[in-house]
Amino acid sequence: MRLELRPRLHRSTRLTLAVSLASVTVALGLGGVLLWIAGVEPLAALRAIFSASLFGGAFALSDTTVKATPLLLCGLACLLAFRARLWNVGAEGQLLLGAWAATGVASFWLPPSLPAPLMLTLMGLAAIVAGGAWAGISGALRSYLGVSEIISSLMLVYIAQKLLNYFVFGPWSERGFPLTPPFPRSAWLPRLSDWADGCPALSGLTVHLGMVLALVVCLLMWLLVQRSVWGFELRILGDSPRAARYVGVPVERRMLVTMILSGALAGLAGMVEVAGVVHRLQDRFSPGYGFVGIAVAWLARLNPLGVVLGAFLFAALLVGAREVQPGGISIMLQGVVMLGVVAGDFVLRYRIQRREREAARG
Amino acid sequence: MSGETPLEPAPRVRLCGLSKRFGAVQAVDRVDLELHAGEIHGLLGENGAGKSTLMCLLAGLYRPDAGHIELDRTVVSFRSPRDAMAASVGMVHQHFMLVPTLTVWENVLLGTRDRWLLRPARAIARVEQAAERLSLRVDARALVGDLGVGQQQRVEILRVLMQASPHDETQPIRVMILDEPTAVLSPDESVALFATLRALCQRGCAIVIISHKLDEVRQAARRISVMRRGRLVERFPRPAEVTTHQLAAAMVGEEISLELDRPASAPGEVLLRIRGLTVASSHTGRPAVRDLDLELRSGEILGLAGVAGNGQVELMEAIAGLRPMDGGTVELCGQDAATLSIRQRIALGLRYIPEDRMYTGTAPSLSVLENLVFRRYPDHGPWLRLQRYAPWCQQQIERLQIATSGPAQAARLLSGGNLQKVVLARELDRARVILALHPTRGLDVRATTQVRQLLLRARSEGATLESGVEHARGRARNRGATLERGVEHARGRARSGGAILLWSEDLEEVLALSDRVAVIKGGRIVYTAAHDEVELPTVGRWMTGGGAANAT
Repeated sequence: MRLELRPRLHRSTRLTLAVSLASVTVALGLGGVLLWIAGVEPLAALRAIFSASLFGGAFALSDTTVKATPLLLCGLACLLAFRARLWNVGAEGQLLLGAWAATGVASFWLPPSLPAPLMLTLMGLAAIVAGGAWAGISGALRSYLGVSEIISSLMLVYIAQKLLNYFVFGPWSERGFPLTPPFPRSAWLPRLSDWADGCPALSGLTVHLGMVLALVVCLLMWLLVQRSVWGFELRILGDSPRAARYVGVPVERRMLVTMILSGALAGLAGMVEVAGVVHRLQDRFSPGYGFVGIAVAWLARLNPLGVVLGAFLFAALLVGAREVQPGGISIMLQGVVMLGVVAGDFVLRYRIQRREREAARG
Repeated sequence: MSGETPLEPAPRVRLCGLSKRFGAVQAVDRVDLELHAGEIHGLLGENGAGKSTLMCLLAGLYRPDAGHIELDRTVVSFRSPRDAMAASVGMVHQHFMLVPTLTVWENVLLGTRDRWLLRPARAIARVEQAAERLSLRVDARALVGDLGVGQQQRVEILRVLMQASPHDETQPIRVMILDEPTAVLSPDESVALFATLRALCQRGCAIVIISHKLDEVRQAARRISVMRRGRLVERFPRPAEVTTHQLAAAMVGEEISLELDRPASAPGEVLLRIRGLTVASSHTGRPAVRDLDLELRSGEILGLAGVAGNGQVELMEAIAGLRPMDGGTVELCGQDAATLSIRQRIALGLRYIPEDRMYTGTAPSLSVLENLVFRRYPDHGPWLRLQRYAPWCQQQIERLQIATSGPAQAARLLSGGNLQKVVLARELDRARVILALHPTRGLDVRATTQVRQLLLRARSEGATLESGVEHARGRARNRGATLERGVEHARGRARSGGAILLWSEDLEEVLALSDRVAVIKGGRIVYTAAHDEVELPTVGRWMTGGGAANAT
């Protein structure tokens, strides 16, 4: 049997969804083979990972949701930039800056007696501004000087890490430990367990308001990129900057604004993580959410609603990692899933079919 | 150029019963064709007749569903263009296969791996020698992205020739296919190209030319084959004895009129007034347009005649707002263009048919529908309502007979001619001032006539009344103006007619369409004449610079 490739003229949403699910499944299967080679019982390992994260009752699901929250926001941050083919790979740095600014607001720059809603709003705004400004550096360099945003955004991650370390080890350190003092209660995002007194079933559930916020942002992003003129122009820009200029899009400014918005979302992810989970700033509080966000956006094929699924999948792998030995398994699976997604792209682009021998009779 | 020597008895290439199907479309249907060494073979047909597909089968890009190919009496089966190239069969595509960020010599030698070590100096010398011998004027060290299309084509030809015989350039290529080679060339460049091709023929190469320029093919080709809907329907062994009309009729399968209906049109108000415009070239930084004056009225077509590279593109881009002006003023519909953004110019009815239709005129990965609405989508506020335009798009697709599997098909999967139709459908809609660069490039006879007719109609009617009224409704909603006033405005527009600034390398097209012809040379208008007074030889002299001698 001879096979040949034909470009697909149409791509339905259903096909995209099916191919995405299939590529994750195939990837997990391949991961199983690798586990088996490594001497681990594959099914048991996969079961352990997913029962500790998605299907292991309320606590497991709650833990996974907590991890999915910054991933969702970072995924959206990457998605927005990627839609314009701006390769913002520095969401991690923007997240760190966001967390830094939120910490400044919560613990150092403003009185702790502020009412919680005001405090949290100001923290969020500070994080958005800081993350946006950090990405704006890459955006401006790209727009006006033609510097590759891939390089600059990635390099800015390392600068952000050092900046954070300086504050955590130095001026903001609590008695010489690499962490700041805990935030005042007004700077904590409400958690389900806060209501455990009235409803004991909620005790120990650490899901916080950040997830609701992230879902709202997700919906807004869907409206923006799928349903607005602005989002349409972003796609034109991503496909061909010359066509975008021809249509009347102010290309340089639009690229800069897109990078800033992307960074703002990643910054917000940083604020949500420190205000919802850690309640202080410490070094290495992020296990690389910003980098995983790239994979999340790609797995979602740049659809904001798909980012929710992607965020939960990768969160499950992060949470499940604690349950299986050796610890690298989960990271390996993340990598395999990523490869599966990229390979799936090919199937979306081309139809693979048997060669028609009797075509001449048509 | 029909040869005196008889054709060799054994053909260089025999295509036997070749068939190729794409989805529901039978692109090539049981085609038999023989190509002889030493002949230029013209392959004609409408857009989508299967000419390019047939040649891609020969060049190894596609594999036939049925049938076989014989090359010098041996059956060959190419799995890839590289296989074909190894058998000394090369193809120059309509869209060049060059890497813009690499230099000319790098592009030419890309993929030829005769040595492990690349020695730039030696490689450059090799490329320069080959270019010299084939009299293809190119700068081997220039970046391909900086070159004009004509030069890029020379690079492409050089690349195919050198790759087909990597070790010994004196050994000529066996079969060379050119897909619409002259579509992007100026008349002079075309003459030079055919000289090169004839030289190749004399050294025993078989050449196939796909073209829409019937006259040119008739003169250059020794034999002509015509395809229609995938089948090879007619062969003309003596092109010199047939007329362009007969060829056109064979292509479309019926007698068609190539005559243009040229409605009378009275020039009205000045829509575009240019005074002392200077625009710098992006490559050299020197002025490409110098101190240029021009006036364009509603209801008229002003045709620019000129050899490529005399400032035409820079002039158009400056008017469109895509390129900064370095001096002078441009007044568009009575407003100083310097104060207008691109979007505002578009809102005033400025339309632009760009030279590069693939990446400027369209966003290739977006769908046909999305590309068609480029000028309409901002009409209804911040939310995108693409489905609202679906009926209108369907209408455009039918009106211009755009061959597509549907409005959701990605634009990049359209053929070149159909892509151009998408751009045209969009740019002629609600237009007031149209800047048209090569509007019929790559279109077949029927489509060319249709587009020329559309341009003439846009000139006499301007924005059609109905679309004008519809536009007025949108404006009234957005700005709170009364509908009556808007409709009145639209009626006024419809009465006044559109203004078109046209540049085409097809000089006959310029002369046929224009109410006035202006010769542009060195960034200046050096000669103008009205439609009735214009004479081809005079224009030609002014274009090439001899005109000054006849002046005064």
